[in-house]
Amino acid sequence: MSVVSLPASSALAQPPGRTTSMLLSTLQVARRALLRYFRNPQMVVLGTVQGAMFLLIFRYVFGGAVNVSGTSYVDFLIPGFVMTSVLFSGMGASTAVAEDLQQGFVDRLRSLPVPRACFLTGRAAGDTVWNLWGLAVVSAVGFAVGFRPHGGTGNELAAFGLCVVFGFAFEWLFIVLGLLAGTPQAAQGMALLVFPFTFVSSAYVPVKTMPGWMQAFAQNQPITFMSDAVRALALGHPATAELGHPAGFYVTWALVWAAGAVVLFAPLALARYSRS
Amino acid sequence: MSTPIISARGVMKRFGKTTALDGLDLVAEHGQVVALLGPNGAGKTTFVRAVATLLRLDGGELRVAGHDARREPAAVRRMIGLAGQFAAVEPVMTGRENLEMVARLFGQGRADARRAAAAVLEQMGLTEMADKPVRGYSGGMRRRLDLGASLVGTPSLLLLDEPTTGLDPRSRNELWDAIRDLVACGTDVLLTTQYLDEADQLASHIVIIDHGKAIASGSPAELKRRIGGKVIEVHTRSREELSTVASALERLEQGQARVDDATRKVSITVGGAATLSAALKAVEASGAQVEDVALRQPSLDEVFLALTNA
Repeated sequence: MSVVSLPASSALAQPPGRTTSMLLSTLQVARRALLRYFRNPQMVVLGTVQGAMFLLIFRYVFGGAVNVSGTSYVDFLIPGFVMTSVLFSGMGASTAVAEDLQQGFVDRLRSLPVPRACFLTGRAAGDTVWNLWGLAVVSAVGFAVGFRPHGGTGNELAAFGLCVVFGFAFEWLFIVLGLLAGTPQAAQGMALLVFPFTFVSSAYVPVKTMPGWMQAFAQNQPITFMSDAVRALALGHPATAELGHPAGFYVTWALVWAAGAVVLFAPLALARYSRS
Repeated sequence: MSTPIISARGVMKRFGKTTALDGLDLVAEHGQVVALLGPNGAGKTTFVRAVATLLRLDGGELRVAGHDARREPAAVRRMIGLAGQFAAVEPVMTGRENLEMVARLFGQGRADARRAAAAVLEQMGLTEMADKPVRGYSGGMRRRLDLGASLVGTPSLLLLDEPTTGLDPRSRNELWDAIRDLVACGTDVLLTTQYLDEADQLASHIVIIDHGKAIASGSPAELKRRIGGKVIEVHTRSREELSTVASALERLEQGQARVDDATRKVSITVGGAATLSAALKAVEASGAQVEDVALRQPSLDEVFLALTNA
């Protein structure tokens, strides 16, 4: 091992109290988060196969037994399925946050002259790009099994955009879970709460076939609004007639829920992160 | 005298009911390698984390090169490099990518970051593996990369929390060499260790801590001197003769001899240098068959036991 003197780096020239910019540090954290996904073949293959498998099960196993009025089941299912896929990738985000805490990345980051929140913003940005990839894959499989949107290109793109927004908004909840969990295993366990919320909603089946007490919950929880918003935009007129309200109604409520999630969970995440 | 690189006065930290740091005092001057030596749970890691601004102290004052760790964390962070007990490097990224990321987080531009990463890779002897993903690195290489990651910001103070825990002897020696090179280049180092020989090998100043307090400090030689003179060690031919030799030595030195059955050794701390021949005579007179007799410096193990039992 030889002794090489380091080149005079710009760090030396910087004033002692200077902090690296929020944007730059967020980008570095986000890039690392993405590399961790994309360079793990298991993550890419397993994530894709899992999504596709569940889609096929819903489409071909349960699909025959489900009757939806006004549209085919595949057209009903895919918008809800695509939307909820961001919540399932969110479970992975919780685990990743817990790993970052446990494996020392957070310690390293916090010993560097970067803004405190850059771990959170970086994770949120990186996970959102990862969601984008997942959404594209699930949508493509959706098309392959016969889904055809009828909402017009602008609305269809807006539907896709809404899924990205929901993914970003609920990312903050998953970050909080990851920070609270302590270990990746516990984080995965806590993130299982995604299941009751996604299944007891209008994401995969019409709510009106559920028992009354369950409908009361299913009708009013955010995932129903978000699924219906995506559905209304993607399917256009016949679907909106069946839903009961125009697309704007669902989109507005869904965005209110999404904003609520950010307003509630982002400060919680920051508070918890600052304490850890 | 210049501002000490670390000065801690009455530093307190509690976690719930446990007191991790209980009024710790420590001064580390420039140009020293300071080793915090202590058993598990003594508060070593807590202190390093406090210096690294990773946790908030409950009391006392902690300054790093004159900057208050609590009030000026950004200034402290710009001066320090931290390498942890876990190698906090990213397995899916290459060594170079890992270092460039940390350099960029230090606020360096792309070109500067590239240069700093290349220099550190060279310095750590990792140039050949630089563009391979870290998951293919050995434990020792990962640890060297982790050490390198703490260097790309050209820190004036390097914090090493149990840098060689879990490494095989060869990797340990390589890491020691790397640390010595850094010290030769003028980097101040604070390291924690449970290994007495590691402190002996690397440190110019040792602070022994137990239950969150500094119980002794000084150079390795000073600490050895503190428990008095040297140690005479007698290796007997058979186990039965251990007690005979022990009592012979105890009569001579009026001290407590330590008997180790497993290695058939009796050792005793002695005052002056002239006693070796006296000890030899006493052992000979006892009639015991002796394999080997040695006069040596006390090991840090003996120093540590003497200080913590007191």
